[in-house]
Amino acid sequence: MAECHPVGFQWVTEAQQRGARVIHIDPRFTRTSAVADKHVALRAGSDIVLLGALINYVLSNDLHFDEYVRHYTNAATIVSEDYQDTEDLNGLFSGYDPQKGTYDATSWSYASRGDEEKVEEPGTEPESDVAEPDEYGAGGPSLRHADVERDDSLQDPRSVFQLLKRHYRRYTPEMVEETCGISAEDFHHLAESITKNSGRERTTAFCYAVGWTQHAQGAQFIRTAAVLQLLLGNMGRPGGGIVALRGHATIQGSTDIPTLFNLLPGYLPMPEAGQHDSLEDFTGAIGSKLQKGFWANADAYTVSLLKAWFGDAAHAGNDYAFEYLPRLTGAHGTYQTVERMLRDELDGYFLVGQNPAVGSANGKMQRMGMSHLKWLVVRDFSLIESATWWKDGPEIESGELRTEDIDTEVFFMPAANHTEKAGSFTQTQRLVQWRHQAVTPPDDAQSELEFFHELGRRIRARVADSSDPRDRPLLDLTWDYPTDEHGEPDPESVLREINGYYVDGPDAGTPLSAFTQMRADGSTAGGCWIYTGIFADGVNQAARRRPGHEQDETAAEWAWAWPANRRILYNRASADPEGRPWSERKKHIWWDQENGRWTGRDVPDFPETLAPGTKSHPDAGGPDALAGDDPFIMQADGKGWLFAPNGLVDGPMPTHYEPPESPISNPLYAQQSNPARITLPRSDNLLAPSAAQHGSEVYPHVFTTYRLTEHHTAGGMSRFLPYLSELQPEMFCEVSPEFAELVGIENYGWATIISPRSAIEARVLVTDRVRALTAGGRRIHQVGLPYHWGTGTDAVVEGDAANDLLGITLDPNVQIQGSKAAQCDVIPGRRPRGQALLDLVENYRKRAGITVDTGNQKLTAPYPEPQTTTSEED
Amino acid sequence: MARITPLEWPVLRQLRSRDSTGRGAAVTSRKTRRTAPRTDDADTVVQSICPYCAVGCGQKVFAKDDRVIHIEGDPDSPISRGRLCPKGAASEQLVNSSGRQTTVLYRAPRSHDWEEFDRDRALDMIADRFVEARRRHWEDEDEHGNPVNRTMGVASLGGATIDNEENYLIKKLFSAAGAVQIENQARI
Repeated sequence: MAECHPVGFQWVTEAQQRGARVIHIDPRFTRTSAVADKHVALRAGSDIVLLGALINYVLSNDLHFDEYVRHYTNAATIVSEDYQDTEDLNGLFSGYDPQKGTYDATSWSYASRGDEEKVEEPGTEPESDVAEPDEYGAGGPSLRHADVERDDSLQDPRSVFQLLKRHYRRYTPEMVEETCGISAEDFHHLAESITKNSGRERTTAFCYAVGWTQHAQGAQFIRTAAVLQLLLGNMGRPGGGIVALRGHATIQGSTDIPTLFNLLPGYLPMPEAGQHDSLEDFTGAIGSKLQKGFWANADAYTVSLLKAWFGDAAHAGNDYAFEYLPRLTGAHGTYQTVERMLRDELDGYFLVGQNPAVGSANGKMQRMGMSHLKWLVVRDFSLIESATWWKDGPEIESGELRTEDIDTEVFFMPAANHTEKAGSFTQTQRLVQWRHQAVTPPDDAQSELEFFHELGRRIRARVADSSDPRDRPLLDLTWDYPTDEHGEPDPESVLREINGYYVDGPDAGTPLSAFTQMRADGSTAGGCWIYTGIFADGVNQAARRRPGHEQDETAAEWAWAWPANRRILYNRASADPEGRPWSERKKHIWWDQENGRWTGRDVPDFPETLAPGTKSHPDAGGPDALAGDDPFIMQADGKGWLFAPNGLVDGPMPTHYEPPESPISNPLYAQQSNPARITLPRSDNLLAPSAAQHGSEVYPHVFTTYRLTEHHTAGGMSRFLPYLSELQPEMFCEVSPEFAELVGIENYGWATIISPRSAIEARVLVTDRVRALTAGGRRIHQVGLPYHWGTGTDAVVEGDAANDLLGITLDPNVQIQGSKAAQCDVIPGRRPRGQALLDLVENYRKRAGITVDTGNQKLTAPYPEPQTTTSEED
Repeated sequence: MARITPLEWPVLRQLRSRDSTGRGAAVTSRKTRRTAPRTDDADTVVQSICPYCAVGCGQKVFAKDDRVIHIEGDPDSPISRGRLCPKGAASEQLVNSSGRQTTVLYRAPRSHDWEEFDRDRALDMIADRFVEARRRHWEDEDEHGNPVNRTMGVASLGGATIDNEENYLIKKLFSAAGAVQIENQARI
């Protein structure tokens, strides 16, 4: 955190000065480790073993926060009889289809109680199909209802609490030592620190970044932390939580108001062909009217979005133009798109402030893919490598591409920077902050707002006379934003639309002040329901700048946090079931008996007047069905999920698998890697053999990629700046003295790093910060590679790209690539040039006997044929 | 050069100006006295946010004659309290660096070089190509006959420094055009 979020780290330092203990768990020793109370190095990719062992430690020693767990989590909920655990099935869960390599999640569901008939409503059919996460928004698929079977004694063997205990019982300190390379002593220090610092009086926070997400099971890494934090009662409370340290200025915003294939604004999913044919199917699949919480109102959010986009053309008579939305057929993520490029199935590509030639895994696939395009538009500040690969990329040097053979047209369109336009960024804690414009953009530079508004205007003009129904959505699009004298649309007018407004009635045109005002009858419009309130009272709330020193520590009048300016999510959990603060020290939100409402130091994340003792009505749905002790208001049962009955495609509880390329065999199960991971078996994306497989010794070392304080992602905003280039001028590999001696490389010398994808060269940095670990009974060396450099001639500094070494294997929940643990060899000296480089890589592959199947067999454990038939119709 | 007089003896200067440690007014040169912060010349200063990591530090952007002359941390921000890291502190170069490309360039098929290009013409060419690619790769139905109403001919990949308002327009325009392959650094 001190390395990649330096200024945010001042608050960790403040906490430390007030007595907090800071433990840094990372394969790498960084600026954070330097000031932490303790640094615990672990083998890259082994985090679930460590976190699972902490869960086991908590459960075996009865250290969980009992009252919190009983009331606020699904610990007491009974799971279906059909469920079978990884302990029963060699590391797989029930429902695995060996042919498809996917799970049917039906057997992971909650056991049903009572009368089935009440759930017979369109859009609420039980999900019996293969789980497809792209079909759901943030809430996962809906639960059919909230009337679940419970055992409040937590003793039933099918209760979540007992299933959890059983699932993690082999995640022991010994297993941590064996798998992660962490000593029993260090483990106990960690376990004691965390458990002693959790409970009524104290809270513990976990901060993470892409060290957890960039894995073939990244979502499950975070889930493991979520389970632990729920057991310890650290969610929804000040000083607690799982703090996602997002990487870039508004990466949070680009997820909230997404430019992502699978989402619409506000975590509504994109509709899926054949699943969401009508608006009712669609909204019912997001949130059943009979489930608890605010996803039950998905129809109001969706209709308001459609009204914002299509205006009067969206009306009750046409399902609010729901059919105008294009449909997905599976995943259409950035890596699938590159595959389409390579098959010549994509004509045009826009790169908008992004440099995939350097910043995406398997750089060669990225660049070769772009060479198949008809046209490419690059919008950036400088001539980044993604704009110039056709003349000075690595494949030109190697002879794989010749400039005169590349047919791709390239448009470089200069972009305005953050001082040259007004607009909002959403930072890592959901705070939306408005930037004011300081100057006008130079020369041809323009904002994305202006570029895309103008592009849209010109596209619409080209189909203006069309009677083709496929052009209707473009022609019916609301696209009239007021512009200034330079053609720049007024960004506040866009923010107003995002906020939403009344469409008709006496308040027509008035901004909405809360998403609870949204209706499914077309009377409201709003582009992103979770941002509703950002323009409450017609005021740009994100531009509020009351100085921090004039406010309390919540600083509620600096900018605006979604939703509803809440600073801590699920903060109902900061009070006990009766609504009293758990302790005076950790007071945040509490029930004000006298006035009959929730109050405190934050905006309550709970229906304001829902009293603590209120029981849930079994036939109610939505927010009205929430009980007084259901703090997790976006979950379909109001509880924090220790066990996820749906929403995840690779298991209801996190389970350790080795990375797709690993130096050791999975010590826990016969199943080596995540059996539901997404593989791209291709000759340009070969994987190294793992552990016991023949050829694994050819790529004996682990490499991991990371960032440096002085650079920014693929370098587009840092390697072109003289100051930052001077601070970190050269690509390097960071290794231990033991390793340097082993392979014969010297500090400041050169090393060549070879993976099955490519070979790169880097300066050698030998430091004590990297240490070899013992895991799986062998000595494991880890090589650290910053990924900021790329090959080109326009940046101030250039160097080989670490991403060229990475293969593409994706997490099945979110389609993110694994970038944190892969296998390589390291030899002294610079890499060869031209054909000799390709020969070097090929010789390694031959020695290891690699084929396209290597590392891509999903199922590696004996798996019994499914015993129960699960309503498979076709 | 000022005339040297006994009254200008350092010890007298020090006593006269009550500069007991000899590190203040007594030892200030004329050059130092004339030195003023460059922010003094600014015509305008606006509150902004750093464009690098997700902490969201406050910035104050000073401009003169429609040109950024200085960027510093905003002490009002309850997040950053005036601090910036090396990247944030270097962000003035993001605006004024000589490596910045501020005019449109075009590379024709098979060409070895860029050529300078008119922005309006480039926009028209991009719009033409968008419409053509959209049409060429249009899909009404999937293989099972389910309606999909989309085009697979155009894709986009965005960075994480695109404003919320900008992402909103991109998603809105692409969706209305039927383009589903929209991605962002947020997944990478």
